[in-house]
Amino acid sequence: MSAEFAQVTEPRKNSRFWKTMLQQKYLYMMSVPFVIWVFVFSYVPVWSWLMAFQKYRPGKSIFEQKWVGFDNFIELFQDERFYIVLRNTLGMSVMGLIAGFTVPILFAVLLNELRQQLFKRFVQTISYLPHFVSWVVVAGIVTKMLSIDGGIINELLLKLHIVDEPVQFMAKGSWFWSILTASDLWKETGWNAIIYLAAIAGIDPEHYEAAKVDGASRLRQIWHITIPGIRSTIIVLLILSIGHLIGIGFEKQFLLGNNLVKDYSEVLELYALNYGLGMGRFSYGTAISIFNSVISIALLFAANGLFKRITKESVI
Amino acid sequence: MKSKSNFNSTVSDRVFGATNSVIMLVVLVVTLYPFLNVLAISLNDSTDTVKGGIHIWPRVLTLDNYKAIFQFNGIMTGLKISIMRTVAGTLLGLISASMIAFTLSRVDFQGRKFISTFLALTMYFSGGLIPGYMLIRDLGMLNTFAVYILPGLVSAFNVFVVRSFIDGIPYALQESAKLDGANDFMIFARIILPLCKPVLATIALFLAVGQWNSWFDTYLYNGSNENLTTLQFELMKVLQSTTAGNNTDIHSLNMTQMMNRISPDSVKMAITIVVTVPILLVYPFLQNYFVKGMTLGAVKS
Repeated sequence: MSAEFAQVTEPRKNSRFWKTMLQQKYLYMMSVPFVIWVFVFSYVPVWSWLMAFQKYRPGKSIFEQKWVGFDNFIELFQDERFYIVLRNTLGMSVMGLIAGFTVPILFAVLLNELRQQLFKRFVQTISYLPHFVSWVVVAGIVTKMLSIDGGIINELLLKLHIVDEPVQFMAKGSWFWSILTASDLWKETGWNAIIYLAAIAGIDPEHYEAAKVDGASRLRQIWHITIPGIRSTIIVLLILSIGHLIGIGFEKQFLLGNNLVKDYSEVLELYALNYGLGMGRFSYGTAISIFNSVISIALLFAANGLFKRITKESVI
Repeated sequence: MKSKSNFNSTVSDRVFGATNSVIMLVVLVVTLYPFLNVLAISLNDSTDTVKGGIHIWPRVLTLDNYKAIFQFNGIMTGLKISIMRTVAGTLLGLISASMIAFTLSRVDFQGRKFISTFLALTMYFSGGLIPGYMLIRDLGMLNTFAVYILPGLVSAFNVFVVRSFIDGIPYALQESAKLDGANDFMIFARIILPLCKPVLATIALFLAVGQWNSWFDTYLYNGSNENLTTLQFELMKVLQSTTAGNNTDIHSLNMTQMMNRISPDSVKMAITIVVTVPILLVYPFLQNYFVKGMTLGAVKS
């Protein structure tokens, strides 16, 4: 260590550092172990990114592998499957972003307009319920509701004469994105509305009083008071959700998908799982993961830059 | 809020109010129906269920489906492992989040800036699936219980939620304790922790839900070890085994096949209820806490 050298050049500052450290030993004891923890489980895996530029052979350390440069990435960009998977990832992300972003706001605004307090509280409590259920359960429920024997959706469609025979929703690729987005809405709308409800509750009631005196209808009050009142909350959450655009995960796609709809359900991370772990192609799988991360960070900065320009607000 | 009376409500306002109530009623039905349907099927005689037409009320009431599933080792082991990981994961997660949060809330702490940046970065990137898997493998954690607890022990999000709560506690409390001779650890344990109950309840719920609901770590790391599989994973196997073209064939075990032979739907729904009910029993009691907790996190960040 260069501690001695440092002491010669900057004796005062350095000794003060160690002295404070000794004084704050309990603070260090309470945080340093966890920092090491985070280093091991969150930072060390990033080292394995080197693997994407190697041809991984099991049994050797990462420094003994053969370097292949960008070969894995070139192979990735030449794979037709990659483009299908990328399309699916972006398609489902964008659908999820639009729906998953607007519906909770709408729900919060409407819920706030309910005048019967008991009913309002009841709806709100029930709306959280699906959030607490795992995706495994949700996938099971969705499959059940959409099934051709006894599924309520098909039953309703038949009764209303919208279709003549039950639709096999889970077997048709063209339905997959919508089913996934709808399931996500069912699960998370109530939960995501919490923040907006809190923001609405923070709006000064006098604004509403004034609007009422001016004879504004309920819809006009929503448009001119409620929505502007939660505008900054909306923007912050929008930027955050754009940041997570491509990192939509793969849990839902894994659980709701099946071989029949694979061309629409496979997303980047699933592709990495299938190729990387399933076929033992660790380097290739890592290249996919890196691509995923890079795109996601680029989107975050792009979104933030865009909003900074428009609204002069920033979250990073 | 009371001031919004019906005093000067117009026709259009009343139409709006009525439409809104109808919309909310639909939301209620759409949210609740699937749960009630699952419950009804799980309580209905399995051969009768096949005839269809069960909605929210069982036609032939029976507990046989539940008796059947509890005879399988997989369910009992799963229940045990799920409870163990939820309790251990929640406790350790609370300890880690509150300790780090306390040190980060101390403006005089020298490591403060470094540690909070170090943590915040983890919210924006991760190594990815395969590097993560390789780390766990190299650490020798495949097929261990530890894999459920250790990798996710520290959550940056939870740390920041707790920290913003501690920031709201007057610093004078800590200073007076210091004058009385308390060290930093005692201040944390005797003064800060007791005051943090509301926020700790919130993140305890987050942690418990996360632990109880996760299945992918089992699939990835412990799928072949029957003594370590969780309830969610068992349900996943049963559910996936009959959907068209399943992608879990490597892991499908005897229990799954047997369950499907008895009665697919009723048994599936009974397991679904067993998996779901514990977590649904908790949340109404903690609702006030997490609404406040979420709001606080949102305002501060």
